[in-house]
Amino acid sequence: MEIYVLLKKTFDTEEKINVSNGQIEDEGAEFIINPYDEYAVEEAIKQRDEHGGEVTVITIGDEGSEKQLRTALAMGADKAVLINTEDDVEDGDQYTTAKILEAFFEDKEPDLILAGNVAIDEASGQVGPRLADALGIPYVTTITDLKVSGDTATVEKDVEGDVEIVETTLPLLVTCQQGLNEPRYPSLPGIMKAKKKPLEELEIDDLDLDEDDVEAKTKTVDIFLPPEKEAGKVLKGEPQEQVKELVTLLKTEAKVL
Amino acid sequence: MSEKIVVIGEVKDGVLRNVSFEAIAAAKKVHADGEVVGVVCGNGELSSLGEEMIHYGADRVITVTHENLQNYTSEGYCQAVMAVVEEEAPQVIVMGHTSVGKDLTPKLASKLNTGLISDAVDIEIADDQVQFVRPIYSGKAFEKKVITDGLTFFTIRPNNIAALDKDTSRSGDVTDKAVEIADIRTVIKDVIRKASEGVDLSEANVIVAGGRGVKSEEGFKPLYELAEVLGGAVGASRGACDAEYCDYSLQIGQTGKVVTPDLYIAVGISGAIQHLAGMSNSKVIVAINKDPEATIFNIADYGIVGDLFDIIPLLIEEVKKAKVGTGA
Repeated sequence: MEIYVLLKKTFDTEEKINVSNGQIEDEGAEFIINPYDEYAVEEAIKQRDEHGGEVTVITIGDEGSEKQLRTALAMGADKAVLINTEDDVEDGDQYTTAKILEAFFEDKEPDLILAGNVAIDEASGQVGPRLADALGIPYVTTITDLKVSGDTATVEKDVEGDVEIVETTLPLLVTCQQGLNEPRYPSLPGIMKAKKKPLEELEIDDLDLDEDDVEAKTKTVDIFLPPEKEAGKVLKGEPQEQVKELVTLLKTEAKVL
Repeated sequence: MSEKIVVIGEVKDGVLRNVSFEAIAAAKKVHADGEVVGVVCGNGELSSLGEEMIHYGADRVITVTHENLQNYTSEGYCQAVMAVVEEEAPQVIVMGHTSVGKDLTPKLASKLNTGLISDAVDIEIADDQVQFVRPIYSGKAFEKKVITDGLTFFTIRPNNIAALDKDTSRSGDVTDKAVEIADIRTVIKDVIRKASEGVDLSEANVIVAGGRGVKSEEGFKPLYELAEVLGGAVGASRGACDAEYCDYSLQIGQTGKVVTPDLYIAVGISGAIQHLAGMSNSKVIVAINKDPEATIFNIADYGIVGDLFDIIPLLIEEVKKAKVGTGA
């Protein structure tokens, strides 16, 4: 099977977010593979080990994105592609990303494309379904299980806590939800091997695109932090008294009961 | 000519989800005097659902009925909604940011070759622009986004934009549109109900969430009972899910669900940054934890330091009394 994984780097979940002049400060921040994309990498490796073929991880990013691609290679992916848009695309949106990926896939014949359900930064979850639509292939989002047999895939999909069993056909795009698998940590030999695995770097000209073709349809005009919550009241007394006071406060002060 | 807005209603278990009505209110925030056209898809008699959208502010409603729309599939619903959009040629499209909304709207945006602003929690008009406020980094920050080209297409997070009051004196046309729905490649074979009966986590006004401090699957039982008397849903921290006290579908946090209920009761949750990201924008937060140093107390409006296994049963009784007192 030809398996592709769409990967995005995001801030480490431990990072506090700082904003200055309506922009997120990213200097000195630690970046990781978007946690949902890790499930996608793991699933891709498992499917390859079962059915054969090759796993290619793709990211749209900058020079720094090589680090996350190498991590995916160290986990066991075979090849990586970095589409470096640093010089060409300013303020792209999900439309931009989907257009670039559509062009990338033009001469490919994927059997399976995996992505995260959302990226934990912008969390729009648009790119996977947009790309599948552009490529004319079916998609299933928020999957928690995937079984491939010939050209058929049986998928478990999380629907707000319920599970749908969905049957569909390859080629297929899926987006991965927590519970799908346990992503492995790269092993030391894996990390050594990853250094020698192929990592191709492309720019949008290589895909016959120019800036206008991928110009965003939306724009961020401001970023701000929510007002900081102040620590409230810690209730005193015996449990019975604390509970009584809490219910009274919820009723009369907070007015939520 | 006034602007035309298409609001895509969402039906679950035969009834319209509340977010469908919130989407009508959102539509009116974008263009107060625009014409709101509701769309309802399904199989069978949908006209009463159409009427209900009109009671909540839609001017008219188009229903699309087809056996292939019995269950939601992106392919089926996309064909139905596209047929309506092509005929109506709206300037604005709105839908709820639910499991179905998240799945369907990017496909529609791709078909329409437009932008899409997902998961808006507020809409502001500033500098002659419609600005959509949406959380980023799971609510650690917010951004304001605008559409720069083409259709104004957005989804709204449930529970953030209040629906208009229901007005049963409102009337409008509900018409059925025949659409051929074919070539569906994804088939739903079965649905396994795992979600707690009743209140959905993303739409719940009250959430009782447990962490590692709850200690076991058994330990979650009193939390379910408390949620039930409060008319809310149960959630969990990643720690509790990893320890298999409950299903991952209940997880709240940076990975997991981001929620903004009126009341969030954190039980035995220490308050890791990833968890706080998923719930700190709740309106009122109560923390119950035996560790007085737990981070969760820094963001809680009300805190009780104590053993949750003592506190929760007492709280259940006290809430019951309070509810009886108000006749609720």
